[in-house]
Amino acid sequence: MNFVLIGVNHRTAPVDVREQFAIPEARLPEAVRSLAALPGVEEAMIVSTCNRVELLARTSDSHAGCDGFFRQCFGVDPAPYRQYLYEYHDNDAVRHVFRVASSLDSMVVGEPQILGQVKEAYATARAVGAVNSHLDALLTRAFAVAKRVRNETAVATSAVSVASVAVDLAKKIFGNLEGKSVYLVGAGKMSELAARHLLAHGAKPIYVANRTYDRAVALAKKFNGEALVFDQLYETVPRADIVISSTGAPHTIFHKEHGERFLTRRRNRPMFFIDIAVPRDVDPEMNKLDGIFVYDIDDLQQVVSSHVADRHVEAEHAEAIVQVEVEKFQARLQTLDVVPTIVSLQEHLETVRQAEIDRVRGRLGTLTPEQELAVETMTRGIINKIMHTPITTLKSAARESSEVTTVIDLVRRLFGLHDAKPTLVRNHEEANVAAAGKRGASH
Amino acid sequence: MPLIWLRVAVACYAVGLVYSLLLLSKRGNLLAKVVEPAVGLGLIFHFVSLVEATVLVGHISLVSIHYSESLLAFLAMVVFFVFFVGYRTTTPGIVIFPIVFVLTFTSAVGQQPVALTSPLLRNGWIFVHVVLIFTGYAGLFLSFGASLLYLVQERSLKSKKPTTLLTWLPPLQTIDDIGYRALLFGFPFMTFGIVTGSVLAIEKYGPMFFTDPKILLSFIMWAVYMLLLYTRWSSGWRGRRAAFLATFAFVIAICAWAANNFSRVHRFIPS
Repeated sequence: MNFVLIGVNHRTAPVDVREQFAIPEARLPEAVRSLAALPGVEEAMIVSTCNRVELLARTSDSHAGCDGFFRQCFGVDPAPYRQYLYEYHDNDAVRHVFRVASSLDSMVVGEPQILGQVKEAYATARAVGAVNSHLDALLTRAFAVAKRVRNETAVATSAVSVASVAVDLAKKIFGNLEGKSVYLVGAGKMSELAARHLLAHGAKPIYVANRTYDRAVALAKKFNGEALVFDQLYETVPRADIVISSTGAPHTIFHKEHGERFLTRRRNRPMFFIDIAVPRDVDPEMNKLDGIFVYDIDDLQQVVSSHVADRHVEAEHAEAIVQVEVEKFQARLQTLDVVPTIVSLQEHLETVRQAEIDRVRGRLGTLTPEQELAVETMTRGIINKIMHTPITTLKSAARESSEVTTVIDLVRRLFGLHDAKPTLVRNHEEANVAAAGKRGASH
Repeated sequence: MPLIWLRVAVACYAVGLVYSLLLLSKRGNLLAKVVEPAVGLGLIFHFVSLVEATVLVGHISLVSIHYSESLLAFLAMVVFFVFFVGYRTTTPGIVIFPIVFVLTFTSAVGQQPVALTSPLLRNGWIFVHVVLIFTGYAGLFLSFGASLLYLVQERSLKSKKPTTLLTWLPPLQTIDDIGYRALLFGFPFMTFGIVTGSVLAIEKYGPMFFTDPKILLSFIMWAVYMLLLYTRWSSGWRGRRAAFLATFAFVIAICAWAANNFSRVHRFIPS
């Protein structure tokens, strides 16, 4: 099948190396086109994200090296970068593509963005005509594998960021977050992120208090919420179901006694304190009150890391799925090799049949529709009978990779199919012409 | 014939029982898909069995102790399903299924059913009284179950140990809602049940019926029931305190059920 893949990712190369190779979106079509135009390259595509840059190609020569691609795409010699690069061939390349699309090769295993990025890269390569039969089959399969992994394993179900864990916990307490009020005490990147996540799940209204009132107003504006005076914090907090606290106070600002008062005011409706501040804002004793749940940053981190560990366990199931899919794909690709021959054989015999019918047509005189049909059926029947054995032989040869080329050759020679080029290559040439045309137009 | 249907129902409820045991051992997903149709089917067979038993006797009446156990189990299942439709969660079944199973099992396989021959029981009002009280019981069972689940979920959230975060339990607020609504639902039934019972007893025995142990326990249970509702309504008691009260009410309910043996008023078995 001659797939070749070369690339760098977050595991093999530090960011200062990765950024040298990153291809900006605007330049991507051009890069794919030039890669596909290299001699010996049949099809190509490039995935470039902040965590990885990968060149994927199908070559006509099974021992093609990647150095040429590398030089073509990045204008540098790969030798000094050898330690950062990985290179996969054939089945290993297929496995790698499946793993990337299924988010098993991601920094955060199971993160959903990578699939979208691969899809975009594929669309770009398709748009410039750099992709046809084999890569097309590979990528389509990769998307299906990604879907299977997502559905059959729990690799992407658990929350693996502090903000999403906070949302999960809030849901465990309140069920639906629709209409649950959020109180932001103090400001910070992390608390804003958590608030944004909660809002996205329907929580509102949102109140903001800050020692500097102007900052509270600015933040409230951002979230379409209400700014409250910090001095009245203890009077206003009971109106919130979820409190996100991240002040710079050197000591705790919410104590157990406050909690008791809040609960009385709220007639014991539960409250959830998310304490992101270090040093902590909420006294851990408060967690002992019935109906108040306090999670500090360490508690949240702990949940995150246990979920990450869960994902790694699930990833092993996913790897097994990928393994099975790689084998299936290999079998399918080999049939793909014989498809052009089967198609040209069918076309060839159909042409012969049509020509023969046309030739004897005059001698038969006018035919009734029934007779017409009988001639059709009979000639088709003969053709199908003749084609049956060669086609089944081709298909079974496809399963034995060693003899497939011999059988293809033989069938072509026997039926005189030399001139009929496989459809696949024809498509590729057309694509190249189209690509060249576009290139010309863009200059 | 009614016994056969009842036994089929017991077999269906057994699925529910196994489901709740599996939930306790944290392997609940195994039966999650079949438990709902299984107990639903059980409920249908159960209904058929009750109807047939009534038809056999020819009029609405409590035929035997077993019949009344079966009736209580049936009503508990009905209440469970009412809440299932509202909240789409089978988790309260973790408490309801075992109770229902035990009740139906004893009534389905119990040796020689104790026939209740007292002519008093042929009074339709007695039947109404029993159905009302039993529905009240069912509400109490469900609320009791929910308050236990509330405790479990609260503890797991407080422990902060990610591994103990029980994924199969519904959110705290949902459990709380179920517990409260079940109480609200059962209370009027219980109240009217006790009212009809009292009226019938006064008619038969005069005002002295009140000193009977069974009747006393029933009134205590009703008072605790009301206390539960009141604390809930006035100060939103939930969690540990509510669970404690609900357990208390549940225990009294069981005592009241068992107190038949010491009761004069409620003793319908010919001695």
